[in-house]
Amino acid sequence: MAKKPLLEFNQNGIYCAQGDFYIDPWRPVKDAVITHGHSDHAKWGHQKYLAHTLSREILYHRLGQISLETMDYGESRIKNGVKITFYPAGHIPGSAQIKVEYQGEIWVVSGDYKTEDDGICTPFEPVKCHSFISECTFGMPVYKWQPQAEVFKGINEWWQQKQNEGKTSVLAGYSLGKAQRILQNLDLNIGKVFTHGVIHNSNEALIRNGIELNPTTLITVLTTKEELKGNIVICPPSAIGTPWMRKMNPYSFGYCSGWMAIRGAKRRRAADRGFVLSDHADWDGLISAIKATECDTVYLTHGYTASFSRYLSEIGYDAREAKTLYGNEEENEAEEAKGENL
Amino acid sequence: MKAFAQLFLSLDETNKTNEKVRVIKDYLLSVSDEDKIQMLALFTGRKPKRPINSTQLKEWALELSQIPDWLFRESYEVVGDLAETLSLLLPESENQENKSLSTWIQEINKIRKLNDEFKKSWLLNSLQKMTRQEMFMFFKLLTGGFRVGVSQNLVVKALSEISNLDPATLTHRMMGNWEASTFSYQDLIAKEDGTSDISRPYPFFLAYPIQETSEKQKSVEELESELGKADDWQAEFKWDGIRAQLIKRADEIFIWSRGEELATEKFPELHPFMMYLPNGTVLDGEILAFKNEQPLPFNILQTRIGRKTLSKKILRENPVAFIAYDVMEFYGEDIRSKSQEARRKILEQIQSASPHQDKFRISEIIQTNDWNFLAQERERSRDLLAEGLMLKRKSATYQVGRKRGDWWKWKVDPLSVDAVMIYAQKGHGRRADLYTDYTFAVWDGDKLVPFAKAYSGLTDAEIRKVDHFVKRNTLEKFGPVRTVKAELVFEIGFEGINKSTRHKSGVALRFPRILRWRTDKKMEEADSLETLLQFLK
Ligand SMILES: [Zn+2]
Ligand SMILES: [Zn+2]
Repeated sequence: MAKKPLLEFNQNGIYCAQGDFYIDPWRPVKDAVITHGHSDHAKWGHQKYLAHTLSREILYHRLGQISLETMDYGESRIKNGVKITFYPAGHIPGSAQIKVEYQGEIWVVSGDYKTEDDGICTPFEPVKCHSFISECTFGMPVYKWQPQAEVFKGINEWWQQKQNEGKTSVLAGYSLGKAQRILQNLDLNIGKVFTHGVIHNSNEALIRNGIELNPTTLITVLTTKEELKGNIVICPPSAIGTPWMRKMNPYSFGYCSGWMAIRGAKRRRAADRGFVLSDHADWDGLISAIKATECDTVYLTHGYTASFSRYLSEIGYDAREAKTLYGNEEENEAEEAKGENL
Repeated sequence: MKAFAQLFLSLDETNKTNEKVRVIKDYLLSVSDEDKIQMLALFTGRKPKRPINSTQLKEWALELSQIPDWLFRESYEVVGDLAETLSLLLPESENQENKSLSTWIQEINKIRKLNDEFKKSWLLNSLQKMTRQEMFMFFKLLTGGFRVGVSQNLVVKALSEISNLDPATLTHRMMGNWEASTFSYQDLIAKEDGTSDISRPYPFFLAYPIQETSEKQKSVEELESELGKADDWQAEFKWDGIRAQLIKRADEIFIWSRGEELATEKFPELHPFMMYLPNGTVLDGEILAFKNEQPLPFNILQTRIGRKTLSKKILRENPVAFIAYDVMEFYGEDIRSKSQEARRKILEQIQSASPHQDKFRISEIIQTNDWNFLAQERERSRDLLAEGLMLKRKSATYQVGRKRGDWWKWKVDPLSVDAVMIYAQKGHGRRADLYTDYTFAVWDGDKLVPFAKAYSGLTDAEIRKVDHFVKRNTLEKFGPVRTVKAELVFEIGFEGINKSTRHKSGVALRFPRILRWRTDKKMEEADSLETLLQFLK
């Protein structure tokens, strides 16, 4: 009789039958283990949550008073003989890869990850396993990131230049992770950093969680055009083009995203400047991470799953596409930003 | 080529006109004269001939990337541009060598004649000495796909600020048949025009539309108060064909279309009368399909334009004629500064001396001093297959480009723009399998902004052609919507236009419809957002 796999994909999420728990389930379940606080991975409605300590406040902020247990990297919990351990994923603060072990068989669920050390989250750490469940948001060889120091040099130069032109710089990036990464790498000798409400709320949650962030000012109805002039505003992509931006005029709009690697994508978002900055691994990052796990089997949850699994098969892996509901961070973010109408 | 790559990058990073002009000036002031003229050639659509076909180029370049062919193809689908895809897939090299743009172009022209083995080793060698941005430019040059989102006006503006020559002179000098190897930067900016390109056309003078909507037509009183007496104006029908410039100099003839394309061979039936013109004659007019003393609909002309060779049958069934509007050069003298009235006299003189008046026609003047009469005549336009009236101030000189004030077009279908298709979606019912619903965009700087969706107006045969294009040129799919390579131009008519903050373009159209497919227009010739915004006034 064929052995039941330790983890399987069902209609609710990634399920461990032996331990009777789910990882990043997209439908309400009894027992959920969460890789990170992004809305496509941490959904509302589960009876119990287990997540990394640094995800605590963001989960409370986003999901309300849930029943949450947290643990650190390297710590373990045992559920019906199945051992669960967290390892850093380097994606956003609190993001964890989840190692699941039972009778010598090891699976790792990566959640989202990046291999570059961004200076604000604990750097990605490869974990040896038999089966690796990986994202591949940027699983095409055209996606290759520059070191972040170079990207931020470009961003700071751009800000300085816009300031010289008497303009406000507006930088769009995801509210959780990207926004703080930007904040911590801006050159504060140039000017002040203002935030959109959605970003401000994420910042506050992270600060309550003990993460230190550079000072920012929330934009309110009272904020004047003059205060903003020459300074920089961090906002979620969904705020671009809304009446909220009127105060920033004249402004230049930069978009921070891995998608900006392609000229056409930048054009479609009508950005003045595209900065290629992603919290996901690029092509080389994905391949090196997978190699480092020394796994035999790879399941691909979201991104260019078809192309990437074909490529992995050609280089000798048992690679499979898995149907999941991950990967729409941006749409969820648009929901969050609604109602922000200052 | 670093400077050139930087120029391209900087232009990509801004959509502000002044900033673009500054960046172009910076480039021109920092490179050699050879590189200047090469850049100008590239920016005005004069690309080197392809030295390596794209299949070989891709095959050889991919040897450096170590990815399989299928993955290249999928990458290309994601990126949508061959040069960009290749530059993203190849490794960036450590030891770079900064050859100038003109050196690269010289090499490209040289290796074109060599055998495959040489070509390949030259290519692989070259690719190992460049930054990613240089590689992108290099592949753009090799694939002949060079297209910058910068209008010639901006280039001319930058050049004019550097050289202190006026933009009209520079625009004129940059037209015609030149290549970087036959024209020098010094010739271009010399005080006196020292070149002898006998094919060089003049920049066209283009009319502004009289602003009105279907509901809000201008009254005769309004016209009178805005434009003055009808008697001050030369009124003619606006014909619906291909605007063209006919040149006879030194016993040679040239036909230029408005898109600055040499189309001499496409209209052989015009050659006899052109050969009969005095040397040093340049005429402005419209080429129309014309038979039995009657103009034929525009699409009959279109069926001719796309063809490589013109069969006897086509020439017999779809003959053309030229309707002259104006004359810019007479016996070798540039007479653009003469008044409309004076130029018209000369034009009449030239035409009446022609023994080929069936092919060389003259645009008839509607003689009147009454706006009411002009308004009535305009109503006849559709029956005559004209688009409306042209009003030209009798005292006006022949100017450069689209200028407000002296030439007006007063169309019967006043609300229409030429737009580029950028998204497509499948239709319903009978056409559920075909892409029939399109989204159209106009230029905002070098960007295309979507402004209207339309689905009616094409024939079944055209729909099938567009569908075929969509399926082969999809860049991205979002649910049922496909992002399509921007290329096809359509004329979009509409009933009304309003301001809208919800739309990226800032306007919302009422009842947009496709008037026709402009296969004669390149996407660069589509209208700008500014044109649309003017309808709001
Ligand atoms: Zn995530
Ligand atoms: Zn994700």
